[in-house]
Amino acid sequence: MEFIRNIPLFAIIVSLFSGPLCFLLEGKAAKRYTFCLELFLIAGFTALFVYILKTGEAFTYVMGEFPAPWGNEIRAGILEGVMALLFLLVLFCSVYGGSSFVEQDIDESKVHLYYALIHLMTAALLSILFTNDLFTGYVFVEILTLTSCGILIVRELGRTTLAAVRYMILNLLGSGLFLLGVVLLYTMTGHLLMVPMQQVILELSADPAAMPTLTMAVGIITIGLSIKSGLFPFHFWMPDTYGYATPASASILSSLVSKAYIFLLFKIYCRVIGISVFERMPIRSILLVLGIGGIIAGSVSAIRSDHINRMTAFSSAAQIGYIYMGLGLGGMAGYSAALFHIMVHAVTKSQLFLTTPRLAEVSGGSLLFKELQGSGRRDRDAGVFFTIAALSMVGIPILAGFSSKLQFGLAAVNAGGKALIPVMLALAVSSMLNALYFIRTIIRIYTADERTEVRPHHGPDYLIPMLLLTACNLFLGLFSRGVTELIRTGIFLFG
Amino acid sequence: MSDKLQRILEGDVELLENVSDAAEVPDSPREELKQQRKEFVSRVYQRSEMERIARAEKKSFLLLYRMVAVVSCLLLIGVLLFTVANIPRYGEENPRTLEVVRRYVEQGLQETGALNIVSGMILDYRAFDTLGESHVLFTALLCVMTLLLLDKKTIRGGALDDYHRVRQDTYFDLSKDAVIRLLGTVLVPSILLFGVYVILNGQNGPGGGFSGGAIIGAGFILFATAFGFEQADRVLSRKVLSRIVFCSLAFYSFAKGYVFFTGANGLENHIPKGTPGAILSGGLILPLDIAVGLVVACTMYGFYSLFKRGNIGGDRTSSGQ
Repeated sequence: MEFIRNIPLFAIIVSLFSGPLCFLLEGKAAKRYTFCLELFLIAGFTALFVYILKTGEAFTYVMGEFPAPWGNEIRAGILEGVMALLFLLVLFCSVYGGSSFVEQDIDESKVHLYYALIHLMTAALLSILFTNDLFTGYVFVEILTLTSCGILIVRELGRTTLAAVRYMILNLLGSGLFLLGVVLLYTMTGHLLMVPMQQVILELSADPAAMPTLTMAVGIITIGLSIKSGLFPFHFWMPDTYGYATPASASILSSLVSKAYIFLLFKIYCRVIGISVFERMPIRSILLVLGIGGIIAGSVSAIRSDHINRMTAFSSAAQIGYIYMGLGLGGMAGYSAALFHIMVHAVTKSQLFLTTPRLAEVSGGSLLFKELQGSGRRDRDAGVFFTIAALSMVGIPILAGFSSKLQFGLAAVNAGGKALIPVMLALAVSSMLNALYFIRTIIRIYTADERTEVRPHHGPDYLIPMLLLTACNLFLGLFSRGVTELIRTGIFLFG
Repeated sequence: MSDKLQRILEGDVELLENVSDAAEVPDSPREELKQQRKEFVSRVYQRSEMERIARAEKKSFLLLYRMVAVVSCLLLIGVLLFTVANIPRYGEENPRTLEVVRRYVEQGLQETGALNIVSGMILDYRAFDTLGESHVLFTALLCVMTLLLLDKKTIRGGALDDYHRVRQDTYFDLSKDAVIRLLGTVLVPSILLFGVYVILNGQNGPGGGFSGGAIIGAGFILFATAFGFEQADRVLSRKVLSRIVFCSLAFYSFAKGYVFFTGANGLENHIPKGTPGAILSGGLILPLDIAVGLVVACTMYGFYSLFKRGNIGGDRTSSGQ
């Protein structure tokens, strides 16, 4: 076996080990160590991704001496590879871009705890992406839940503590439902690894009497994971959670954590249930309706908010709605549009959440719209990057947001039938609403104000992550066809 | 004059004094004052009426909320019961469901070298899950520390004063209590010894790192309660605790990483299985159990210490005071 196949294992073990290591280190050393490790991981996963592209197929990796139905296993294919690379890039940008705020927001004696949590979160994200075992998925979902509460609560404002408690209660409810679903599936199949489980489920699904139980199990898993990722009507925790966390945490939570849950859900649909069995269940149409509901509800709430971070958080709720709408449309076009949108949103939302605190910095530390007037003139860099990300969210061509909206439209045409008109209407209305609140914000930050002092250019800790994210954004926008082809091959290899 | 009334309305604690102040103002005619008082009373009345309505609305909302909650819970219970009633009987209708379990039971002893099948399963067959699980505890410790550890911010908020006030109150200081001290003297050594036994015996009988570690942690909590944190800090300061946790988890990660690496690459891992039933048996299970046990014990004691005094071990924030 080629040595390069060990990379996921090494990355997970090293990240798990780095948690306790940062627990011992001082804050500054932990920070430097974190940046170095993230860069190493990015390099490693780039190599792995190139390797997977070259062989053009997925491989499984036995975790220990015992093969498939008895021992744990991880799997690396095109989808896992591309997602892991993107997640690590965004994670690096968030941690590096938010590091100056980490020092401001977090007490000196707790900075090393923050970086320890980041490493454990990296391990959890990677394990969730690569797992080929349902229960491993659950264990690392637990770690992800706890670490996300940790990086939220570390700011120690009354409001973040309250948000973290609410976030934790909802997330534990989601984890509980997910575990219940896993237990039901295990009782019916006697397996926990995805491949043998899928074979037994395929046999079971031939019997119409087993279908209701099976649907129930998948339904519970879907509800659990959609609560955790913030699908309408469970999106009300988002504004407080994303709005008041330290910027690095807000960016990680909105662009990575919620996406990891969706990716796991999609993996379960493809590799545990099997797309053919899944498409016989009524779950898809429910997802479609809730997705459209999320798009509209998120956009309307975003328009009504007077706080830029709360607006961005509500816009996240709408974007999560898009992703679930793609899953609900089904078919290769729908699934690939959903996965493409996961990538687009991860890149764009992290850029927004890292930029808004910079705009606030030159506006007396306030995130309220009326204080932000003219902030784009006072901090030119932040203004430009905010504009790029906001235009991408609205869906202006050559930026990534445009391509994903186009793909949703195409997926709806492909699916045809009853879904076509509501999806098209939702796309049209939400694009208009998006434009309304994002363009309004852009105009607001460029409207002249009596405060005219201009801030000098930012240091590399802001510019490098922003340039990286903008480059990713343009890449996804310009080469959307190639990326989509890649995702489709990945989905094909998946199930 | 209406300005004054407005102010009275806003700070209605000093209501009477203010109104009598108004009465002393010489140029206010008596009629006008009467009128103002009347107006004032009616506005106060209106306000309390509005509050009453709001309370009633809140009450009816709460009632509705509770009713919806109860109905949806009942619905969920019904659906889940229906689902459970329809599950095919375990292992009877589909023999493939027993494939995994059968191998664990029949070949577990010779493949893992552990008499206790559960230990063999969680630490050998499905070791990756357990690797994650032991880090869940550590993550929980980190989260509780971020929340409860006293730092400059919380000390400025007065948390330390509260802590010292509570500490000076002998009612809460159980280490002055003769009964608890005596019981601690008797119980702590035996609890700790029992915990060690449970950990060391994990591969041969019921027990293992998680349960044994919990017992040791409980013993240590009793020790800290009976003899005070000053004594406990001499044994387990923050530095010692974090080093123990680090060494255990690092050992765990690398030992298992080594086994995963050799297993996946088809290499020999050179870990002797030992004779089943002896203490030194089951390959890596015993050392892993010890590592897990240490992490669990430290985590439990850490939780107790953080919740009780916002600190682990004596260090700068509390001893400096």
